Amino acid sequence: MSHEDDCSSLLSRLGSDSPRPRMKYGGMFCSVEGAFENKTLNFESFSPQTQRHRASRPRNNDQDKCLATTGQTMVFFSGQENFGRREGDRLIIKGGKVVNDDQSFYADVYIEDGIIKQIGENLIVPAGVKIVDAYSQLVIPGGIDANTNLRSPQRGLNPADDLYHGTRAALSGGTTTIMDHVLVEPGSSLLSVFEQWKEAGEQRACCDFSLHLDITRWHEGLFEELEILVKDKGVNAFLFFMAYKDKYQSSDSQLYEAFCVLRDLGAIAQVHAENGDIIDEEQKKLLGLGITGPEGHILSHPEEVETEAVYRAVTIAKQANCPLYVTKVMSKSAADVIAKARKKGMVVYGEPITVSLATDGSHYWSKDWATAAAFVMSPPLNSDPSTPQYLTSLLACGDLQVTSSAHATFSTAQKAVGKDDFTLIPEGTNGIEERLSVVWDRAVATGKMDENEFVAVTSTNAAKLFNIYPKKGRIAVGSDADIVVWNPKDTRTVSATTHNLMVEVNILEGFEFRGVASVVISGGRVVLEDGKLNVTEGSGRFVPRKAFPDAVYKRIRARSKMAETRGVPRGSYDGPVHDVISMNKSVPPTPTSRGPPCPKTQTGPRNLHQSGFTLAGAQIDDHIPRRSAQRIVAPPGGRSNITSLS
Amino acid sequence: MSDCRRQWNREDELPVYLAGPISTGPNQRKTYGMFSSVEGAFESKTIDFDNYAVGRKGSRTPRSGSGERLLDNGDPIGKTPSEARAPPPSNAPAETDSSSEVRHSGRERHDGETERLLIKGGRVVNDDQSLYADVYIEDGLIKQVGENLVVPGGVKVIEADGRMVIPGGIDVNTCLMKPHLGVRPVDDFLQGTRAALAGGTTMIIDHVTPQPGDSLLEAFERWQEAADRKACCDYSLHVDVPQWNEAVKDELELLVQDKGINSFQVYMAYKDLYQMTDSELYEAFCFLKQLGAVVLVHAENGDLIAQEQSKILGMGITGPEGHPLSRPEELEAEAVFRAITLGNRVNCPVYVAKVMSKSAADAITQARRKGSVVFGEPITASLAADGSHYWSKNWAKAAAYVTSPPLSPDPTTPDHLHTLLSCGDLQVVGSAHCAYSTSQKAIGKDDFTLIPEGTNGAEERMAFVWDKAVAMGKMDENQFVAVTSTNAAKIFNLYPRKGRIAAGSDADVVIWDPDNVKTITAKLQQSAADYNIFEGLECRGGPALVMSQGRVVYEDGKLQAQQGTGRFIPRKPFPDFAYQRIKFRNQVKARQAVTRGIYDGPVCDVVLTPKYITPAPSAKTSPTSHQPPPIRNLHQSNFSLSGAQIDDNIPRRSGHRIVAPPGGRSNITSLG
Repeated sequence: MSHEDDCSSLLSRLGSDSPRPRMKYGGMFCSVEGAFENKTLNFESFSPQTQRHRASRPRNNDQDKCLATTGQTMVFFSGQENFGRREGDRLIIKGGKVVNDDQSFYADVYIEDGIIKQIGENLIVPAGVKIVDAYSQLVIPGGIDANTNLRSPQRGLNPADDLYHGTRAALSGGTTTIMDHVLVEPGSSLLSVFEQWKEAGEQRACCDFSLHLDITRWHEGLFEELEILVKDKGVNAFLFFMAYKDKYQSSDSQLYEAFCVLRDLGAIAQVHAENGDIIDEEQKKLLGLGITGPEGHILSHPEEVETEAVYRAVTIAKQANCPLYVTKVMSKSAADVIAKARKKGMVVYGEPITVSLATDGSHYWSKDWATAAAFVMSPPLNSDPSTPQYLTSLLACGDLQVTSSAHATFSTAQKAVGKDDFTLIPEGTNGIEERLSVVWDRAVATGKMDENEFVAVTSTNAAKLFNIYPKKGRIAVGSDADIVVWNPKDTRTVSATTHNLMVEVNILEGFEFRGVASVVISGGRVVLEDGKLNVTEGSGRFVPRKAFPDAVYKRIRARSKMAETRGVPRGSYDGPVHDVISMNKSVPPTPTSRGPPCPKTQTGPRNLHQSGFTLAGAQIDDHIPRRSAQRIVAPPGGRSNITSLS
Repeated sequence: MSDCRRQWNREDELPVYLAGPISTGPNQRKTYGMFSSVEGAFESKTIDFDNYAVGRKGSRTPRSGSGERLLDNGDPIGKTPSEARAPPPSNAPAETDSSSEVRHSGRERHDGETERLLIKGGRVVNDDQSLYADVYIEDGLIKQVGENLVVPGGVKVIEADGRMVIPGGIDVNTCLMKPHLGVRPVDDFLQGTRAALAGGTTMIIDHVTPQPGDSLLEAFERWQEAADRKACCDYSLHVDVPQWNEAVKDELELLVQDKGINSFQVYMAYKDLYQMTDSELYEAFCFLKQLGAVVLVHAENGDLIAQEQSKILGMGITGPEGHPLSRPEELEAEAVFRAITLGNRVNCPVYVAKVMSKSAADAITQARRKGSVVFGEPITASLAADGSHYWSKNWAKAAAYVTSPPLSPDPTTPDHLHTLLSCGDLQVVGSAHCAYSTSQKAIGKDDFTLIPEGTNGAEERMAFVWDKAVAMGKMDENQFVAVTSTNAAKIFNLYPRKGRIAAGSDADVVIWDPDNVKTITAKLQQSAADYNIFEGLECRGGPALVMSQGRVVYEDGKLQAQQGTGRFIPRKPFPDFAYQRIKFRNQVKARQAVTRGIYDGPVCDVVLTPKYITPAPSAKTSPTSHQPPPIRNLHQSNFSLSGAQIDDNIPRRSGHRIVAPPGGRSNITSLG
């Protein structure tokens, strides 16, 4: 780009041409000339690929391809190198209305080598190009599902829908990129688990995928691995659990430390927000009451517990000045907390999921165990039937930003592991396939949201937050050819018999949704057409994501600069100072955590554990006051592991 | 007691003053003007006095029994009123005198020292109404309220001259003996209660603060002993629970059942010292709820405070400004929110001690809107000062403001809190009086985390509420009485013995002068502290006369308090004000399982696929099995204990780097 001749003809023409009369194209949604070009010209600097890729790309542009002579709306993106891409189809999508998150316009889209090459009317394209007819339909960027669990085992059970079946279903519903959660069991190496996952994804996935890491046990030793993951491996989001006590749960201190580290690395902190301590107590109580069925799940995961944890996560993130992404917003009050925090200026994002937008939790009381168990997920679906409408409204007004599916399916036989104890039921619901339809039906068809906002919440916002924009999440020249031709008039009825999943229950069974993906193009290949799904296992590529997404970190950076705190310079206090030691009369030997660093005179029985050993001079931890013997109430990471060192 | 009530149900035995309005014709209604006494209005409110005495039925006779038992350790003042309290209702039916007179036979004093007093011409202000009436006091009790009282001769008459006669204030939050690093506050029970009396407060509830590991019972007795010796006004005690374990439970039970304690404070802050985890809080709430106690919460997120403190010390900030910087408002609001959530889950009343910031107050307000049983207590300091002084160049001044949660730097906070107090979203005003001298504060001159926390406020409490709420037109006088006295009495089950001017109540009465203007200064205060955080503030309203247990202790600026006259006031569990709703919710909220047929479909076999996950119910049941770590752990031992162990419910973990050991890092190397 730095070279003069690298500049596309478009740019040079802008300066050299005589002033042209302003032209009006009429109509609100008609394309304004150059509107999208300007937005996409700088494409490469946005590219989430690492620096090394960037350096290589502009070198081998072939100006020969520059055909920007005739059509006014013709745009050609020079320097589009087909690095590492498989040979794709040449496609032109004709007659559709291109819908991005900011505007809609009628244009044809020409795709070559898995990249969008041209957008406009009257495109000049090579002969023999496959034509996709999109008349009276919408051409939207493929959906991005920011939360799936296609490989995370629960209690040793692998999900019924793995990376192949899951991505296949995703494609059939119009989602062309998924972000899967890599669950790292405590004690495992982040890097090795990540590599396993990535490899599995490359072998199995049929759409592009990216990965989040779930950190189940935080300690400072993870820092190096995190740094590698963020800087070299293309992971920029990490999930922490505030629930699953004694298993995955992180304490407030751990979260704070972790958030500080993530902020410095430029990553986004995600939380599973539920108060695990309360849940644990409630579970014990309910089991004690003899409630063992799936209704115990919702009873032990009440809405407040979710709300409380969201509130706490927001507070911690605010303190650490770290962007926060709350996964799975399932209740009104939790959504309200996020909305309020945003109104106070906090950098926090909320993600409702397919099922929380489509249905409610009344089925937990179903007489049919299998039905009730199918709905089990955490946080649970809310029993308030107005929740879906409420969440949709917040989504429409921008208080919630991203929709995802939290897809994690387990067959009934797997769920039945918990038939005598609801706490053992594997948690998770489907939703990867129905996501776009649900949002269209609940929000756009009802008039809450426009088509641009629809694109934003299903695709663009996620791409921006996780720094893969504009490669994903936009129909623009140079973007990946992940495109969905959306038919808003068509309807479909969800059923386990017709869905593309392996699981035998669909919790949205029987719902009719307006809005259907009629054609899905993933990586430049048509994978869904005429109702026929044609996917290739392993065709999905890993999408690396760079740190410091602008959409999130611009504000964080500015705040870091502003938020410096300074002490008050004052003369040193020279008045009398109360002598602590001499006053130490009836108080037992200092169980205070802030005691002075010197040993105290003792009045009680001699402490046999006390030693006279001291280090001379200033020590690195001098600012931490010493304490003498104190009962350790809550050691980090749970109690009494000293007795079992295993 | 209950049989006297039964007696009244028989028409012929009705006291005359009750029977009168019924027997006379229907045309007798007279209007007395808005604030004048409606005949019989107060009688009917107060005559049922014993029915208000709360507590679990049958366990003890309501008041006199416990009063005697607890106070018979050689305290004649304590004993006489409680004895005296028993007879009146049973004697009353025999009375045949004119309407509003109640004469009590069998009232001969054996010690004869208590005064008979008549407060004439005042406007009696209770939390529900104001009326012009005289108040007759005998034996430390209010015997009659009304006009044209028939009183014995030789009664000392106090002219109220139309000023307000209000129930004495109740300060629900003082720390007069709370040690910090072994340092006791300069205001002990004597100084503190003197200050309270001078401000119109006639009862305090002090915090017993045992250290972790101490016996709660012993600490309670220490406090009680010290207070019995020194206190000049009636007092009661909250007990702080510094840690949660099985031993504590027995002591709590004993304290509630036998010692007359119905409120306990738990801490969400002070990491590694007093702080409890959410699980512990949940258990504590459950347990205290069963006992019928009110849970007081010190609401701040201790984990984050600890992090912020080390960060700020690391930045080289050691002065008092580090205190508010390390305890931002959000941490308070977060903890309040969490405490309320816990309270809702357990269905237990929660009392948030020391509401210092707008956002914390708003969290309480919103929770109340949603129906939570939660009470909020702003304190004198948060109602009259803001946190800008932490940045004062004068170290001593800045340090004087150090309290937790800190005063909010937002200067609009006091206004906001007063507004919420006026509309009932916050209920009680405390003082959190815990005064340290400057030299004591100077313990933390090089490290703000060592500065003893606490501000003064017992003396100024009522005056500031009057000045900033009533005099500003936010609050009326009845609400003033409610927030300074009555609500506290109701929440902590002292009502109507305290917190109300009614026949049968304790004679803790204040004549309030709304025109009194006073400039607050450390020179003229009763507190022994050498600094007053309200120094120089002018404030309208103040007590003209304070009467404690029927004796005038403060008049025209002169304090005549007697050390050791304060009695311990036991409080029964299950205060109606807090627990009535709880009880109903308990009944409604019973959960039922869904009855369904047994699932007979296929069940996936878990055991066959234990790949690298902890065996299924890791956290809950399996005591011995644990996941084999991926690499052989050289520290692993085959040693195991057979049979059930006490910590079976706690899961084992494999080797794990301890990031933040309790009590700070790496003090293993220096055991001193």
